[in-house]
Amino acid sequence: MKLQEYQSKRIFARYGVPIPAGDVASTPAEAREIAERLGKRVVVKAQVLVGGRGKAGGIKLADTPAEAEAVARRILSLQIKGLPVRKVLVDEAANIRAELYLGLVIDRARQRVVMMGSSEGGVDIEEVAAARPEKIIKAAIDPFIGLRDYQTRELALGMGLERELIRPFGQIARGLYDAFIGSDASLAEINPLVITGDGNGGHGDPPLLAVDGKMVLDDNGLFRHPDLAAMRDVDEETPEEREARQYGLSYVKLDGNIGCMVNGAGLAMATMDITKLYGGAPANFLDIGGGAQADRVAAALRIILSDAHVKAVLFNIFGGITRCDEVARGILAALEQVPTAVPMVARLVGTNEEEGRAILASAQMITASTLAEAAQKAVAAARGSTVSA
Amino acid sequence: MSILVNKNTRLVVQGITGREGLFHTEQMIEYGTPVVAGVTPGKGGEWAAGVPVFDTVKEAVEARGANTSVIFVPARFAPDAILEAADAGIQVIVCITEGIPTLDMIGVKAYLDQVGARLIGPNCPGIITPGEAKVGIMPGHIHRPGPVGVVSRSGTLTYEVVYALTQRGIGQSTAVGIGGDPIIGTTFVDALKLFEEDPQTEQIVLIGEIGGTDEERAADYLAGRMVKPVTAFIAGQTAPPGKRMGHAGAIISGGTGTAEEKIKALQAVNVKVARHPEEIAEIVASQM
Repeated sequence: MKLQEYQSKRIFARYGVPIPAGDVASTPAEAREIAERLGKRVVVKAQVLVGGRGKAGGIKLADTPAEAEAVARRILSLQIKGLPVRKVLVDEAANIRAELYLGLVIDRARQRVVMMGSSEGGVDIEEVAAARPEKIIKAAIDPFIGLRDYQTRELALGMGLERELIRPFGQIARGLYDAFIGSDASLAEINPLVITGDGNGGHGDPPLLAVDGKMVLDDNGLFRHPDLAAMRDVDEETPEEREARQYGLSYVKLDGNIGCMVNGAGLAMATMDITKLYGGAPANFLDIGGGAQADRVAAALRIILSDAHVKAVLFNIFGGITRCDEVARGILAALEQVPTAVPMVARLVGTNEEEGRAILASAQMITASTLAEAAQKAVAAARGSTVSA
Repeated sequence: MSILVNKNTRLVVQGITGREGLFHTEQMIEYGTPVVAGVTPGKGGEWAAGVPVFDTVKEAVEARGANTSVIFVPARFAPDAILEAADAGIQVIVCITEGIPTLDMIGVKAYLDQVGARLIGPNCPGIITPGEAKVGIMPGHIHRPGPVGVVSRSGTLTYEVVYALTQRGIGQSTAVGIGGDPIIGTTFVDALKLFEEDPQTEQIVLIGEIGGTDEERAADYLAGRMVKPVTAFIAGQTAPPGKRMGHAGAIISGGTGTAEEKIKALQAVNVKVARHPEEIAEIVASQM
C-alpha cells in the first residue's frame, strides 16, 4: 500500500525526522488558510500516488496566501498520469542549499533491509544508480542487531557530509529506520533530504529537513497497524480494483482486449503472456484463487466485463484439489448473474476435466484442451472471427 | 533418489486441526506420505486424521521421530511456527502459509541460517517426490516418478507443467515450489545445487516469474558449473512495472525484475527458455 507524501512525512515526523511546517488541503480556500497560518512563502504540492509531479505542473511555489489559493486551484484541476488531484500539501518553502537522498528498501537478494544514501538528491534515485552507482552508499542492516551508529556515520561520510551534519543526519537515519520497522514498510524514502541554506541559525530551521517523503507499506503487515491501514486512499483505486479487493481477488487492469480469468498468480501471468504470443493483448491480470464459488467467479466476470475494451474472455483453470466440474458449474452460475454477448473461451484441465468441458459446451462456450489452442481461439474471438478446433 | 523428501520422511503437520491443515493431511496420507504427528497448541492428546496431536513440535519430535514439518497456520502465527520447528531440530520445514509480513521473514531466515535448518516457502505449494512423499497442497495424481527435477516460484503454473510432462510419459524426481514471496527459505540456486547432486535427476525445469533477481542468480550459478540440462519458463512478460501480480514478490520495481532480463540472463548460459508452459514439456522430451 502506497502512502501519500503528507502521510509519509507525518509518520517520519512521529519518529523525530524534521519536516517542514504545513498541512493538507482539499480546496483552494483551505490552501489559502494554511498559507496565511504559515505566514511565509509556501510550496503547494499535488498529492497523487505517481512520480513526476513536478514535471506535470503539480508542484508550485507561492509567495502570498492569495497566490497559494490560485496555485492550489490550478493544481486541484489537474490530472497527473490519469489520476485526478484531490488534495494538495501546503508546506513552508525550504531554504535549500543542497539536496540529498536517504532511503530504506528490502534487498531481496541479500535478504536484509538496506539503507541507501546519496549526495545526488532531488532526482530519481534509479537514474543515479544507473549513471553514477558510486554515488550511492549502502548499509545492510542485521535484523537482530538493527541499525548501528557507525553505519550512519559511514553513510554520512560516504555521502560527503560536513562534519557538523553527521550527528543530525544520524538522528534522521535512525528515525527513518524506526519508522520503516515500526510501520512494516517495504520502502521509505526522503528525496530530497535538504541541507538548509542557513545552516544552524537564521530562521531556526533544522540543518537537515525532509522536504519530500514516500512510503510503501507491506500489505501483509497491515494487520498489526490498523491506524496505517485506515490511511488507504480509496479514491486512488478504480471501482474495479476496489471490488476485486473486497472479494479477495487479485486484479490488475491492463490495456488489451482479452479478459483473463485464471486460478493461480503464475498461471495468470503465463496466460496473459500467451495471448500476446499469439498476437492478442491481455485486458487484465486476474487470479481467482482456489475454490470455485459462483459468487467469486461472478464478481470476477463482472469486473472483467466492466472494461468496455474487452472483446473476449479467456478462462484458464487448472483443476487440482479443485475439480473442473465444480469450476464449470461456478462459471455457469456466474454467467446467469452476469449475462453477456462477449465470446468466452474456456480451457479446463486437470481433475474431472471431461465433465467440466461437457458442462461448459452446453453453455455455448468455446472450449479448448491446450493453453496454446485456448489463446489462439481467444485472440480470434476478440477479432470477431473463429478458429476451428 | 530425489531431493528433500522421500519415503524416509517422518512428517509433522503444524496446524493440523485447522480446516486447511486437516484436509491436506488427509490428502497427504492418502498419497502415502508418512505423516507421523500433528501439532496444535492446546490440543495435545487429541487425534486428527488418525494422527496423534501434540502441543509442541518438540514433543512430536521426541515421541514420533518427526524430521520434516509442513506448516498450515495463519500468517500472524507462522513465523513462530517456523522458528519452533527449527528449534525442535526439524531439518526440512515447508511453509504453505501466504501473507507473512516480509520483515518477519527477514528475521526468521537469518535465524534459520544460524541454526542450519532448511525452509521451503513460505507462500508455496510444497514439495513432492512422486510415489514417495507429498508434503504440501499439490494434486498428487498428476505426478509420476521419473528423471526431471522441477523448481518453481508458482503453484498452479507448476501443476500445469508437471501435468504436461506426465502426459508425455515423463516423470519427475522431485517437484519443489519455492514460493512467491520476496524473502524465501530456499532459492533457485539452492534447489539447482540439490538437483545437480541427485543421481535420479537427469534434467531440470525452472519456472520463474517477474520480481527480484533470483533467476539471474540462478543463471550466474549455472554458468559453467551445471552439467544437467535446464529448461526454463518465465511468467510475466506482459506484466506492467510497479504492479504486484498476485504474489507478494511478483513486482517489477525500480526497473529490475523484468521477464526480459531474466530470459536474457538464462539464455546467455545456454538455458532453453520456453515461450509458453506447454513448450517446456516439448523441449524436455527432445532432450531425453
